Amino acid sequence: MQARLLLEDGTLFTGQGFGAEGGSVGEVVFNTGITGYQEVLSDPSYCGQIVTMTFPLIGNYGINRDDFESIRPYIHGFVVRRHETVPSNWRAQYTIDQLLKEYGIVGISDIDTRMLTRILRQHGTMKGILTTGSERVEELKERLGTASLLRDQVARTSTKSVFSSPGEKERIVLVDYGAKSGILRELTKRGCDVVVVPQDATADEIRRLHPDGIQLSNGPGDPKDVPHAVETIRQLLGEFPIFGICLGHQLFALACGADTDKLKFGHRGGNHPVKELESGRCFITSQNHGYTVKEESVAGTELEVTHINNNDKTIEGLKHKRYPAFSVQYHPEAAPGPYDSSYLFDRFLELIRDNKIANPERPRQAQLSETLRGELQYAQK
Amino acid sequence: MPRNKDLKKILVIGSGPIVIGQAAEFDYAGTQACQALKEEGIEVILINSNPATIMTDTNIADKVYIEPINLEFVSQIIRQERPDGLLPTLGGQTGLNMAVELARAGVLEQENVKLLGTQLNAIERAEDRDLFRDLMRELEQPVPESVIVTTVEAAVDFASGLGYPVIVRPAYTLGGTGGGIAANEEELRETVTNGIRYSPIGQCLIENSIAGLKEVEYEVMRDANDNCIVVCNMENFDPVGVHTGDSIVVAPSQTLSDREYQMLRSASLKIIRALNIEGGCNVQFALDPQSYQYYVIEVNPRVSRSSALASKATGYPIAKMAAKIAVGYTLDEIINPVTGQTYACFEPTLDYIVAKIPRWPFDKFTSANRKLGTQMKATGEVMAIGRTFEESIQKAVRSLEIGVHRLYLKGAEELANDVLTTRLVKPDDERLFLVAEAFRRGWTLQHIQDLTNIDWWFLDKIERIVQFEDVIRREPALNPQTLLAAKRNGFTDRAIAELRSEGHPGSALTKELDVRAHRLEQGIKPVYKMVDTCAAEFEATTPYYYSTYETENEVIPSAKEKIIVLGSGPIRIGQGIEFDYSTVHAVWAIRNAGYEAVIINNNPETVSTDFSTSDRLYFEPLFFEDVMNVIEQEKPIGVIVQFGGQTAINLAAPLAKAGVRILGTSLESIDEAENRKKFEALLSKLNVPQPKGTTVISVDEAVGAAQELGYPVLVRPSYVLGGRAMEIVYSDEELLAYMEIAVKVNPEHPVLIDRYMLGKEIEVDAICDGETVLIPGIMEHVERAGVHSGDSIAVYPPQSLSDDIKQQAIDITIKIAKELKTIGLVNIQFVVWQEKVYVIEVNPRSSRTVPFLSKVTRIPMANLATQAILGKKLTELGYQEGLWPEDEFISVKVPVFSFAKLRRVDPTLTPEMKSTGEVMGRDRNFAKALYKGLIGSGMKIPTSGAIIATVADKDKGDAIEILKGFYNLGYKLIATGGTADAIEAAGLKVRRVNKLSDGSPNIVDLIRTGQAQFVVNTLTKGKAPERDGFRIRREAVENGIVCLTSLDTVSALLNMLQALRFSSEPMPAFQE
Repeated sequence: MQARLLLEDGTLFTGQGFGAEGGSVGEVVFNTGITGYQEVLSDPSYCGQIVTMTFPLIGNYGINRDDFESIRPYIHGFVVRRHETVPSNWRAQYTIDQLLKEYGIVGISDIDTRMLTRILRQHGTMKGILTTGSERVEELKERLGTASLLRDQVARTSTKSVFSSPGEKERIVLVDYGAKSGILRELTKRGCDVVVVPQDATADEIRRLHPDGIQLSNGPGDPKDVPHAVETIRQLLGEFPIFGICLGHQLFALACGADTDKLKFGHRGGNHPVKELESGRCFITSQNHGYTVKEESVAGTELEVTHINNNDKTIEGLKHKRYPAFSVQYHPEAAPGPYDSSYLFDRFLELIRDNKIANPERPRQAQLSETLRGELQYAQK
Repeated sequence: MPRNKDLKKILVIGSGPIVIGQAAEFDYAGTQACQALKEEGIEVILINSNPATIMTDTNIADKVYIEPINLEFVSQIIRQERPDGLLPTLGGQTGLNMAVELARAGVLEQENVKLLGTQLNAIERAEDRDLFRDLMRELEQPVPESVIVTTVEAAVDFASGLGYPVIVRPAYTLGGTGGGIAANEEELRETVTNGIRYSPIGQCLIENSIAGLKEVEYEVMRDANDNCIVVCNMENFDPVGVHTGDSIVVAPSQTLSDREYQMLRSASLKIIRALNIEGGCNVQFALDPQSYQYYVIEVNPRVSRSSALASKATGYPIAKMAAKIAVGYTLDEIINPVTGQTYACFEPTLDYIVAKIPRWPFDKFTSANRKLGTQMKATGEVMAIGRTFEESIQKAVRSLEIGVHRLYLKGAEELANDVLTTRLVKPDDERLFLVAEAFRRGWTLQHIQDLTNIDWWFLDKIERIVQFEDVIRREPALNPQTLLAAKRNGFTDRAIAELRSEGHPGSALTKELDVRAHRLEQGIKPVYKMVDTCAAEFEATTPYYYSTYETENEVIPSAKEKIIVLGSGPIRIGQGIEFDYSTVHAVWAIRNAGYEAVIINNNPETVSTDFSTSDRLYFEPLFFEDVMNVIEQEKPIGVIVQFGGQTAINLAAPLAKAGVRILGTSLESIDEAENRKKFEALLSKLNVPQPKGTTVISVDEAVGAAQELGYPVLVRPSYVLGGRAMEIVYSDEELLAYMEIAVKVNPEHPVLIDRYMLGKEIEVDAICDGETVLIPGIMEHVERAGVHSGDSIAVYPPQSLSDDIKQQAIDITIKIAKELKTIGLVNIQFVVWQEKVYVIEVNPRSSRTVPFLSKVTRIPMANLATQAILGKKLTELGYQEGLWPEDEFISVKVPVFSFAKLRRVDPTLTPEMKSTGEVMGRDRNFAKALYKGLIGSGMKIPTSGAIIATVADKDKGDAIEILKGFYNLGYKLIATGGTADAIEAAGLKVRRVNKLSDGSPNIVDLIRTGQAQFVVNTLTKGKAPERDGFRIRREAVENGIVCLTSLDTVSALLNMLQALRFSSEPMPAFQE
């Protein structure tokens, strides 16, 4: 089955189709990870995007039950040099082709993915249309021209209802803007009592859950497409310790008065160096973002830059000068990518503990019943 | 962190001679490191005994000492130079061990020299088995379970708790003698009983066998600020059980999920942090293919062979970064030289797959045990880059130059099924091809996996290649889709032609050149992609390319005139690092002359494949098709073939036929020197004497010819048959045996018989611009004709040649060089017989001795040759015809062998080359120079002790004279039967010892128990003692005792010992 990928700039790639038949439009981006395609495929931050992997052999170790980063993939297309039909790994259960078919996602293989990457690097990310059909190129061009990219990806990928992942320790409200499972996994691993709330949960709704801290998740798209989230964060700032990741980081920055901007072709992969300014140390991080916090916009705010990308010097981490709140642009939860930054979750919990010492707790009993009440109300809404 | 300004002068220790397990990769690493330090304005002092290296060139370090790497010499250099720091991690195990020895001897502390990169305790913790285990336990990193036992019962107890198989390692035995894998209790009892007997302390280590698990390696870097990165990970095609240096390896890993990848990555980082290494480190893991269980196999706290491979596989220059880190820089502040805009603190990401295949010496050592195990046997390796495994592995296969250009080994189809099964289970060097054969026989993937434990993923790819062969065979016409698919799967035009002629004999497109023409007609051409460390995420300017069949070509055309230099491929016996040395110099000379130098090579260990060496590097097979593709891409003004050894020379004819201009000595002249008939005609035309010889096509003719020439004669086949090629025979009986065993003689396969002249051999390298012939030097060989020139000790300037002999050699050299219209280098070997010089061989190319001679004469030979090729005249460059004035210093080139690594190989020196490397000794007199050379080559030369002698009858006369000399120096003589009789007859005291057949204690027991310091054994052929002799020689090698098989060497050694009444002193720096 032939498949084609047409870019906004007119470049046409013809290859083999795999996964589902059909067509879709999306923003074409590349990811440089060698391993971790299953996590990439299922990372909600890629919602609406057509993802190409720069490593040519994808699917070698198959698809397994455990490495999904969300319940389903949200990508609009998958582009590889070659997809493996005979995977080999003890956990492999099925192939990438089967996965894409299951979720109706179109894939294209056997194209020069390095050429595609170079185009994206030079021109920046752009729209593309992927099809297994036999439409004329003119027709594809027209469809591509009129199609607009999604702007509601956060709403699409976020949970629609509150759910809890009980634990014995700190109560963390995880605001789900399209969260990767990895964040929940890291918090749960540390014994946290996590309540996941939808992206449009209001400040009051969150307050009612009496969190010890608020975790802002990653998510797809432009942070400016979710102004309500910015407002909510602004209201909660100072009241609870906050830790933002990726989109959560950008929303936190916007809430603090900074501004964001789009990167030419983003950072997507597991090899990005981030320098922690305080220690001068560099960490290899997992990244997936197309937007960034503008450096000059931080100046007038109460934010302090804590991390920068050691290559392009863009902002990778912020903290609030007065409140117990910080954020990073990259993914300390890894999956895929290196585990080097998972210490940030520990730091978040330390921040919460320090904050508790500064603001002594109310009796546990009262807190519990209030929490329950809050949850009930929230659930009835 | 900025660099440490206290470090003004740094000593770098090289890795010494090339031996199996330690090859050109350390020249690459050392050269990079020296350059990196010099860039910082640091004064670099280098010691390396290996003259065939780029790093020992005077432009690489500020002071170069080509001296033995041992405590005595290095300490003296340290005392003389007083460096601030010592960088021990770039000279392989040799450099590391030397550093440990210096530290333990207190030299470093005494002289206030700082150990850079890796501290002593880290080296000890990584290298000492016990300390390593303790550290791993501390870090909660699993290692295979083990126990030390002194009884069989204890071993059985341990194993029954753990399950079989287990590995038995007897303590303190050499080369793992007496050890092995035990699959059940019976085998264990037998092995341990043996092992306890072999072990001098009656002790064995019993270890849980992890053979069969996946083997994965990580290359890690760390700086003083604790920044850690993984440069590359690699997965072995061969499961644990085969030494990683003998394994086919791919980069990056292919069958690890992100969780497994990150798990092992985290473990590697934990280990390098615990060892506090500032620089590079290599961690090897065994990973259970069925769970997350893994084991740490080994940690190398230094730059290694794997790091050279990782550097070439990713573009990330590990050695350079390690050097910068050692002087205080941190990764986040060093610019990544590949992109020029990002920093070294990141993890390279690949968008291609790299395959490495080792190159084994079994074509030369046919008697060697080809089985692969925990002892490395490969001399070199090839690397190939492609976008699929199929493409990479097929490219790697045709880079090997073993007469195979695809996954098909001639004769494999004739193997019986049970033989095939055994050879799949117990891996040898040909297993890759046998796996393909098994698929051709229709064996299932599951079955093959059960036999080999090779990962399903790799086997599937080989099966696909085999299946695709059928597609090519079956298809009546070669349609463009199939052709493109074939190219994308790595099939060459020649392979396609071959397969088509199998499927459709006699039809169209069954010849390589036809397929090629057809392919070009279809517009199916490769494109070149860049190796850029970042999968195109950042713009890179590295001129480092590989071919593949895709859409976009990334080579930026340049308007400058270009010259392509062909490299010499993998390191093997007979074609070593010396050729890479010349290649690099040629490239430098071309660049200096204002042209762009383009290099094609496939050896990841070398300096020539460092992307900063040339203007453009094509990491490609040195195979006609691949080379032509590059030529078509680059459109050079010509191709230089004379620096890449026989590999490049062999490509000259097909390239010229395809219309490519060969620069330098013409193809006709090359042919005149290489073709025996034409060569003979040339010599007689010039009236140059050569040993009488003839070509025979039957056994009877052979006997007749030999009798006419007079024994001894030198016999060899005129064609290559991988067998024992060349031999000296002394009688009809021996000749008949040779004709029967070694060669097939018939009109298609003639045999050459030459008069064998037992004379002194001399060797000359000359440079010619077509008009003037410059002879930088004449080398005299210590061993007389009959020992391959590469295995002889060579001396410059000659010590025993009369002026007349030298003049004869000079005259002949000039005559031949001019007659051949040589443009560039030529190497001529002579034998001196009754005061007359005979020509044995002419090589119209750069030779093995070029680096040595360049160093000792200070004539930049490869550079001058290249300039001559580019049209410069030697006279313009300030040189004149004839012999360059001889140096006042004496320099000796001593060959180094790797016999200890190759069991069953006879250490006897013969006309077939056996050495893997060389060292140089240089001093004011011959004895001192030879002493340094021998010491540098690893020989232990005690000033007293005993000599065991067993010599052939024909040698007894000479031998007795020499032994008398040793006797007079105070050495004891030990001998068997006939030799003892002869010694006694000469009136010397001798201790008689039993021959092997006489029962214990015999000669071998004596060697084993360390009662002798030298073994002198000359070859008796065609009789029973041959086997005895072989066992004696092997026993000497395995016990690290000097074993001399040529009386010439023994005599030189004696003269040296007589002359040296005091120990030698190191010479002043080379430049002084």
